[in-house]
This record gives sequence, structure tokens and C-alpha cells, in this order.
Amino acid sequence: MAEIQIKKVQKWFGAYQALDAIDLTISDQEFMVLLGASGCGKTTLLRIIAGLEVATQGEVWINGKRIDHLPPKDRGIAMVFQNYAVFPHLTVFENIGFGLRMQRMPNAEVKARVERNAELMHIEQLLGRYSGELSGGQRQRVAVARALAMEPDVILMDEPLSNLDALLRLEMRAELKGVLADSKTTAIYVTHDQVEAMSLADRISVMHEGRIVQAADPISVYRNPEERFVASFIGNPPMNFLPARSEGKGSWSVAGQSFEGPKTDLEALEFAIRPEDMVLAENGILATAKVVEPLGAHVLVTCSVGGHSFRAILNSDTKIKPGETLRFSPVPDRIRWFDPKSQVAVN
Amino acid sequence: MNTVEALPPNARRAGHYLYIATVVLLCAWVLVPLYLLFVNALSSAEAVNSFPKSAFPEFDLGSLKFFAGFYGILDALKNSIIVATLTMIMSIAIGAPAGYALSRFEFRGKATFRLLILMTRAFPLPLLALPLAVMFIRTGLDDTAIGLAFVHTTLALPFAVLITFSLFSGIPIELEEAAWTLGCTRFTAFTKVVLPLILPGITASAIFAFVISWNEVFAAAVLTIENRTLTAFLLQNLDTAAIHLKFAGGFILVVPALIFIFAVRKYLFAMWGIANR
Repeated sequence: MAEIQIKKVQKWFGAYQALDAIDLTISDQEFMVLLGASGCGKTTLLRIIAGLEVATQGEVWINGKRIDHLPPKDRGIAMVFQNYAVFPHLTVFENIGFGLRMQRMPNAEVKARVERNAELMHIEQLLGRYSGELSGGQRQRVAVARALAMEPDVILMDEPLSNLDALLRLEMRAELKGVLADSKTTAIYVTHDQVEAMSLADRISVMHEGRIVQAADPISVYRNPEERFVASFIGNPPMNFLPARSEGKGSWSVAGQSFEGPKTDLEALEFAIRPEDMVLAENGILATAKVVEPLGAHVLVTCSVGGHSFRAILNSDTKIKPGETLRFSPVPDRIRWFDPKSQVAVN
Repeated sequence: MNTVEALPPNARRAGHYLYIATVVLLCAWVLVPLYLLFVNALSSAEAVNSFPKSAFPEFDLGSLKFFAGFYGILDALKNSIIVATLTMIMSIAIGAPAGYALSRFEFRGKATFRLLILMTRAFPLPLLALPLAVMFIRTGLDDTAIGLAFVHTTLALPFAVLITFSLFSGIPIELEEAAWTLGCTRFTAFTKVVLPLILPGITASAIFAFVISWNEVFAAAVLTIENRTLTAFLLQNLDTAAIHLKFAGGFILVVPALIFIFAVRKYLFAMWGIANR
């Protein structure tokens, strides 16, 4: 059992506020991904949980025990670092067994645990080597095995895959997901890579400018962004936005077309739609194609809709040339609406 | 395009010759005086004073034997070793923590502090000699090995601080942080992770301190009377000695330092290797 509660955590670096009253509960065995652009505070939050950084204000609880005043070693956590932090003066075996030796675990038990975790990460043949003799991917495996060998309540990972090349990253991602699910450890994983976040997470916390904008399962974050920022950050390419004017009674005019929308008193809203949720239609929105990018599985068309840039992902056999006009319409239940003033989703 | 490749071949060859000439010149700068010292120290008094000189030593140990039997020289040698060892220990004991703090902590006046460390070297020792001597006599530190070691430590300390600073900076903080999360306190993380990694560099900077103390003559001559170190002892006694004895004295002074540095040269390279990264 390892539930993590973060209560009103604030962090200031001098006059700069890195974290603004973070409230987050991560349930036992959950895989939580903190996702955001660099400088959004995700790593700072992780380091506060680890005890490598001290929160200016607020509390961190693990398993109903307040731990924010404890040193890292007494928190029941293990961490995997971006640059692996494999000790260069120790063999792989001693690296994985380092934490166990610190606990003065008997030799036989250290050996058993090291071997078990090395096997899990497929590095059992490397146990006698030093980190200088390992590739980046192998070092990453050592770092994960070292963290798992501690059998921690919580495993913290700070962009662990970002230094690997693309193919290896894909492979390690799948492996990491399997290993962590089997270990039944609560995991907090920091990344700026939304594909990584989507594929790994039970829940994603999207962070922006020191606060958590939305914390939900990956599909909800993708389908139902609660703020315009999330809609414009998640997805590759992200959501399209078009201004909408109220025609009264929940009817909205968008680029010369009428759409059913939220029944509010607001005069103006923003209409948002994912590029892949557009289909070519006889009497849809009028657009002028600017750039056509065939991507194999589909075609990405960047066009202009009433002066606004708009991207659509269309069927790969669509024949469109730059400069041509086309008409498409959105899949009705995929349309989202945002208040341009508060930037919050309106239903 | 690489600029070296863009040069015409003869310009490149000229650069190559210049490089070789510089290396030869630098080697000669160090080796010729050593060689002359070596030849003359191992020659008889007549050979040293005669002309033309032989390029090869006679292996006449007369001058050296004279020194070996010279009253007080063994005590001076012992004093030198004691003072240099104390200097080595103190400059690392004080310098390494300062280097660690400089590399790991952010504090007010850090840049000024670094500058001040260097500024201590800009203060000429002769200016300090008299007040120091007076103070040492008052506190009873005069003419003691520890007193001289204090002075030598202040001379060696800037190097110790700056060298260890660059050593610590060469070790990623994540290694320490990883150790903390794996059950280490700040102290055990230091002893189990940082220390093994910087030990070669620390050794090198300790040797550096040793050599600084070994070579130092001014403070040694001013602050000691009975317990002279080798440098001060030789300075005092060779001033009026015959030239072949001066050579022998120089030989005695240089050889232990040379042997010492030769024995630990691999650590010295480690120091610069890490410091330059």
C-alpha cells in the first residue's frame, strides 16, 4: 500500500514561483505521469517528493505518514535519473546491490535480489561490468534494476528514456510498463513526451506554469481537455481552434456554419476539434489548403479557414493539392468548446 | 571545413616543425639543468672546476658522501618531510571541504570567495615575514614543524581548494542524489560514492601541496632556526660552500622530489584529466 498525497505544495526559487499550490493524490499501484513542457515544474515536484528539494510550503504524505521533513533515505522511495547516475566505480552487481548493502542485508539475500532484478531487466550477463563498459540502454536498465531492487513503496522516474535513441526508447517503454505493473509499485514518471505519457500512464497530470492543469486518465485528457492549454498541448498536431459567435439557444456560428453547442449566456466561445476528427463533406467548412504532407498512414493538410490556420488529418488516398479549396465537417460528438476569457472548457 | 586541412601542405609542415621545436625546447628547459646538476653532483671537485667539462659523470660520490656525513642534514631532511606531510594533510583537510562547498552549494559571495582564495597568492610572503615571525614567537610557534606547516598550508591551500573544486564539479550531483535515495546520508554518500571517485585527484592535489612545502625556502629560513628544513638548511650552509658542494646540495634537494613525483605521476595525470573535463 502506497498512496501519495501532495497537499498545497508551493515552491519558490527566490522571487520565481516554480510550483503553485499543488494538490494531488496518487493511489496505490497507480502509474502517474507528470507531463509538461520544460520549466513547468514537473521535475521540481518529483524532487520534492523524493526529498532532493524542499517545498517552500505544503505537505507530502506517503501511506498516511507525513514525509516532507524526512531525508530521501527514510521516505521509502527509489529514483531513476535522467542521466542514469550509475556509480562508475562499482560493478553492475554492486550498483544494483548498493541500496541493499546500505540496509546491511545479508550477502546471500543481496545476491538473490540483485540476480532477480538483473534478470528482470535482462542484464544478468553484465553483472561484472563497470558503467564505462555499458551502452546508454544498458545503463538505463541498471538504473531501473537498482531502483526495483530496493522494493520501494514508490518509484520515481525523471525522464528516464529521454537520453535513449528512438527505437530503444520504444522498446524500453513497453518493457518498463510491464515490469512496473508486475512490481505493483506506485510510480511517478516525469516526461515532456506526450506519446510516452499516453502509453505508460494510468493517469496523466498535465502541468503548466507551476500548476496541474488537468489530472485524468490518458483518454480523458486527450478527448476532454479541461483547459485550452491541454487541448493545445496534447496531440500531434494538437487541437484546432476557431472563433464561434453565439446565435442564441445553444447555436453557434463557426466559419459560416452553424453548430449545436453549449447553452450559455456568453457571446463568444472557441470551437475546438482534433485534426483527425474532420471528414471531407459536400457542405462543410470552407478551407484553402496551404501545405499537404502525405505521412503514409494518412495525409496531414494544413489549411486556412477564414484566416485561421487549421490542420486536418485525412484519409491517405485523399487527392488534394496546395491552393485548392476543400470542404470538411467535424465529427459532431468530438467538438469541444472553450471560453476564450477563462480558457476553461464549456459544456 | 577544418582550418588545418584548408592550409597548404608546406604551411602545415611548418606548423608541425614549430610544434616539435616547442616540445624540444620545453623538454630542454627542464632536462638540461637537471642533467648538469646530475653530472656535476656526481663528479669530483676537480672535474667540476675544470674546463672543458665532461659530458658524462665520473660517478664520484665524494661530494654526496660529504653531505651524507654533514652534521644536521639528516635532521633537516626529516624536518622537511614532517613539514611537507603536515602541509599535505592540513591543506587537503581544509581545502577539500571548501572545494566541495564551492562546487555543491550556492551561497552569497561565492564568486568573491573564489577570487579571495586566489588573492592570497597575490600577497607577497616577504611582506608578511616579519609580523608572522613576531606572532609566531609570541605564540611559541616559531622554530616548530607545525608552525612552518601552517605557513606552507596557506601557500598550498588556494591550489587545494581550486583543484578539489574542479574535481567535485566533475562528479555529477545525480550520483550523490542517487546515493541519498538508496539509503545514504549526506556523509555516507560522500564516503561511498564521491570519495572513491575523487581519490586519485585528491592524491594528486596532496602531492602538489607536498611539493610546494618541499620547495619553499623563504618562510622556512625566516621562521626556523634549530629545526631547519632541507631547503633552509642548504641555503644557509651552501651560501659560502665550494661550487661542487652546491651542486651536490641541489642534487639532494631535487632528487627526492623527482622520485616522489615520478612515483605518483599517474595520479597527477588523473588530476588534470578530471580537472580539464
